[in-house]
Amino acid sequence: MLLSNLPLKNSGKIIGLTAKGEQRRRLLDLGLIPGTTVMAKRKSPSGAPIAYLIRGTILALRKEETDLVEISP
Amino acid sequence: MGLTAKSSGFNVLKESFNIDIEINKPVIALAGNPNTGKSTVFNALTGLKQHTGNWPGKTVTQAQGVFTHNNQDFLLIDLPGTYSLLSNSTEEMIARDFICFARPDLTIVVADATNLERNLNLVIQVMELTDNVVLCLNLMDEARRKKIRIDIEKLSGELQIPVIPTIARENDGLYELKEISYKICTKQIKITPYKMKYSENVEEAVEKVLPLLKTRLNQISDKLNLRWLALRLIEGDKTVLESIEKYFFKLSKNTEGQVLSCGSNC
Amino acid sequence: MDQTADCGRELIRTLSLVDNISESEKEKIRDQIVKDIYWLAEKIANESVSKEQIKTDWGEKADDILTSKYMGFPIMLVMLGGVFWLTIAGANIPSAFLAEGLFWFEGRLNELFMWANAPQWLQGILVSGVYRTMAWVVSVMLPPMAIFFPIFTLLEDAGYLPRVAFNLDNFFRRSGAHGKQALTMSMGFGCNAAGVIATRIIESPREKLIAIITNSFVPCNGRFPTLIVLASIFMGTVVSETYSSFVAAAIVVALVLAGISITLLVSWILSKTVLKGVPSSFTLELPPYRKPQLGRILVRSFIDRTLFVLGRAVMVAAPAGLIVWVFANIGIKGMSLLDYAANLLNPFAVLIGLDGVILLAFILGLPANEIVIPIMVMGYLSTGAMLEPDSVSVLRDILVNNGWTWLTALATMSFSLLHFPCGTTLLTIRKETGSMKWAVFTFFSTTAVAIIVNFIVVQLIHLFL
Ligand SMILES: Nc1nc2c(ncn2[C@@H]2O[C@H](COP(=O)(O)OP(=O)(O)OP(=O)(O)O)[C@@H](O)[C@H]2O)c(=O)[nH]1
Ligand SMILES: [Mg+2]
Repeated sequence: MLLSNLPLKNSGKIIGLTAKGEQRRRLLDLGLIPGTTVMAKRKSPSGAPIAYLIRGTILALRKEETDLVEISP
Repeated sequence: MGLTAKSSGFNVLKESFNIDIEINKPVIALAGNPNTGKSTVFNALTGLKQHTGNWPGKTVTQAQGVFTHNNQDFLLIDLPGTYSLLSNSTEEMIARDFICFARPDLTIVVADATNLERNLNLVIQVMELTDNVVLCLNLMDEARRKKIRIDIEKLSGELQIPVIPTIARENDGLYELKEISYKICTKQIKITPYKMKYSENVEEAVEKVLPLLKTRLNQISDKLNLRWLALRLIEGDKTVLESIEKYFFKLSKNTEGQVLSCGSNC
Repeated sequence: MDQTADCGRELIRTLSLVDNISESEKEKIRDQIVKDIYWLAEKIANESVSKEQIKTDWGEKADDILTSKYMGFPIMLVMLGGVFWLTIAGANIPSAFLAEGLFWFEGRLNELFMWANAPQWLQGILVSGVYRTMAWVVSVMLPPMAIFFPIFTLLEDAGYLPRVAFNLDNFFRRSGAHGKQALTMSMGFGCNAAGVIATRIIESPREKLIAIITNSFVPCNGRFPTLIVLASIFMGTVVSETYSSFVAAAIVVALVLAGISITLLVSWILSKTVLKGVPSSFTLELPPYRKPQLGRILVRSFIDRTLFVLGRAVMVAAPAGLIVWVFANIGIKGMSLLDYAANLLNPFAVLIGLDGVILLAFILGLPANEIVIPIMVMGYLSTGAMLEPDSVSVLRDILVNNGWTWLTALATMSFSLLHFPCGTTLLTIRKETGSMKWAVFTFFSTTAVAIIVNFIVVQLIHLFL
C-alpha cells in the first residue's frame, strides 16, 4: 500500500521507496527509511498536504512524495 | 529553458566562504538540524543579534561573530540548519563543504534534546567528517517539560565526544560550552569520536576503493578524510568531487591556498 | 602550482575508480549508508533517553484547532485582522503625539533660520525639504511598525508560521509554487528584501524564482503603514469613531488577501509560461510550539524596528526630501519641475485612478516606499501656501483639497500593494538570482500587474457608480 493511501490517525511501516535520485536521498535523509513507523496525523484544511509523525517529528508531505513510499499497514 | 541551479547563478557557496579567518583565532562552526537553537546559541555566545524564530529555515545566510573566553578570541560561524550532510541541497552543501574544506578547529553540533534520534543522525555524520566535535544538547527545558530524561554520561560515552546540556535562551550551560571549546582548541583535550562501521556490503565497497584513493590523493590526505571521500564515491555523490576541485584547486590558485590552509593551522 | 595540476588530474582518474559500480548498486549502497546511520542513531537514542508518557500534549491540542478543517482558515483571518487592528488602534495616539512634537520642532527650526538670517532657499531645502520628509516618515511610519513587529515576532516565535504554510500549501501547489513560499511571504511583511533572501529555503530554482518575483505583493514595512493610514483616514471615517479602527483593519486585511490571491494567480501564470514546470518535492516540518519569551521579544523587536525606521529616515528620506524639494521649487516659466512631470503623467495616472502627483511619488519613491506619502504631500503643498501639517488628520484635508476621494485612496492602496518593489529589493533580487535579468523582469511584471488591476477596478467602479 502507498503512504498516500494511509487513512488519517492510522500507522504503517515503511517497506520501500520508489523515488529516484535526489528525491530519494531527501526522503531517506528525513528518516523515511524501510522499517520506520509512520503515522498520518492531520490533513491541511486546504485538502493537502498531510502531516505525518516520522521519527519524532511532524513532517508535512505532498501527495507527490507519499505516492513514492510503500508501507505495510 | 534549462533552469539548473548553476544557470540561475545561485552561487551561495562562494559568498559563504567569505570569512575573514585570522591567524591565532580558532574557528568554531555551529551545525545542527533546523530550528534547534543554533542562532540562539550564536547570539548568546557572541552578543550579536542574529534573527531567530520557531520555524525550520530561519537562518539562510551564514553569520559570523567573535567571542572571548579565557582571553582567547574565537571566531564563531552560524551555519544553516540541515537534517543531513548527504543530500545536495544548497544548505547541506554549505554546511558540508564548510566542515569539510574550511576545516574549523571545532564543530559544535546543536541538537534538540526533545528529539535526540533525528539529531544524532547528523551528529554521526559530522563525526565521520571531523574529529573535533562537541554535542550541545539544547532545549533541555523543553525536554524537561515533556518529561524526557537523557543520560548525558551514557550518551557521551557512546559517541565518545563531549556532550553539554544547555538552555540557550537562558544562557544555561553556555559557560561549560565555552570552557570545553577552549580546551579543545588549545589542544588540552583530544577527541576521538566513535567511528561509524557500516554493513558489510558498504564496507567491502569502501575497501575496494580506499587503498587506491590513498595512493592517488596522497597530497591532500592530511586535508581530507579519504574514507569519507570513498564513501561518497561509492554511493555516487558527484558534488563532492566538484567541491574538491573548487576548494582545493580553483580557490588555491587565486588565493595561494590561504582559505584552506588557514582553517587548519589556526 | 604543479602539484595542483597533478592533483586535478588525479581527481579525474579517481572518478574512474568507481566506474565499475553500477548506478543501481550505488543506490543500494546509498540506501544502506543512510539506514545504518539512522539505525545507530536510534540505538544510541534508545539507550540514553527515557520518556515518561505525558497526559496532555498541548501542542497537539492547539494543532487540532489551528489546522482544523473548519477553524483553520477563520482563525488565520482573525489573527491577521487582530494584529492589524491592534496596530491601527495602537498607532493613532503615538502617531499624533510624534507628529505634534516633530512639527513643533519644525517651527522652532524655522525661527532659528530666520534669526540667523539664513537665505530663504537654504531654509526651504533643509526645513521644508529634508526635515519635514523625515518628520513624516517618523511620525506616520514608525508607530505602526513598532507595534506590528513585536506582535508578529511573538507569533513567529510561538511557531505559528509553519502552520500557516501547512494550511495554505494546497493553494500554492495548484499554482505550481512551493509550499514554503508562504514562509517567505511572511518574511516579506518585514521587508521584501528579507523575503527574497528567505527564498533560499526553497530548493528548486524554478519555484524559488516564482517566490522571488511575487514577494513584493506582500506589503512590506514601508508600505503597509501607507495602507493603514489611507484606510484609516478614508475608509475608517465613514463610520463612528468607535468602529473606525475595525473598518480600517478590515480594509487592510482585504488588501492583504487580495495580495495573496494575486500572488497565487501570478505564480500560476508564471509556472505555465516563463517558469514552466511541475512542483518539486516539498517537505515541511511542523516544529513543536514553544513558549515565546514575551518581554525580551517585545523589547527587542520594538527597538529593532525603531532603529530601522530611524535609520531609513536618515539614509533615504532625508536625501529624497532634498531632491524633491529642489524639483518642487525650481521651475521653468513659473511651473515647477515637479508640476511639470506630474502634469505629464496625469492623463495616464487618471486612467488607473491616481493623479500625476501620486504616480510621480511612486516613481520617486523607488529607493524606499516609506517616502511615497511624504513626496506626495510635498508635491501637493509646493504649489499652494505652505500648510503646516501638524497631525495625521491634516493629511486628510491636504488630500481632499487635492481632489482625493475614497476611490483615489483605494487606487493608491492597490497600486502601492502591487507596483514595483523598492530599489533595495531589486538589488537583492539581482544578487540572489545572479543576474540583472530577473530584477528587471520583476520590475516590469509587478508594475504591469499593478496597472492592469488598477485599470480594471477603477473602470468597473466608474461604470457602476
Ligand atoms: N525553550 C527554549 N527555546 C529555545 C532554546 N533555544 C532556542 N529556543 C527557541 O527555539 C527557536 C529556534 O531557535 P533558532 O536559534 O532560531 O534556531 P536555529 O537552529 O538557528 O534555526 P534555523 O536557523 O532555522 O536552522 C526560537 O524560537 C528560540 O527562541 C532553549 O534552550 N529553550
Ligand atoms: Mg538560525
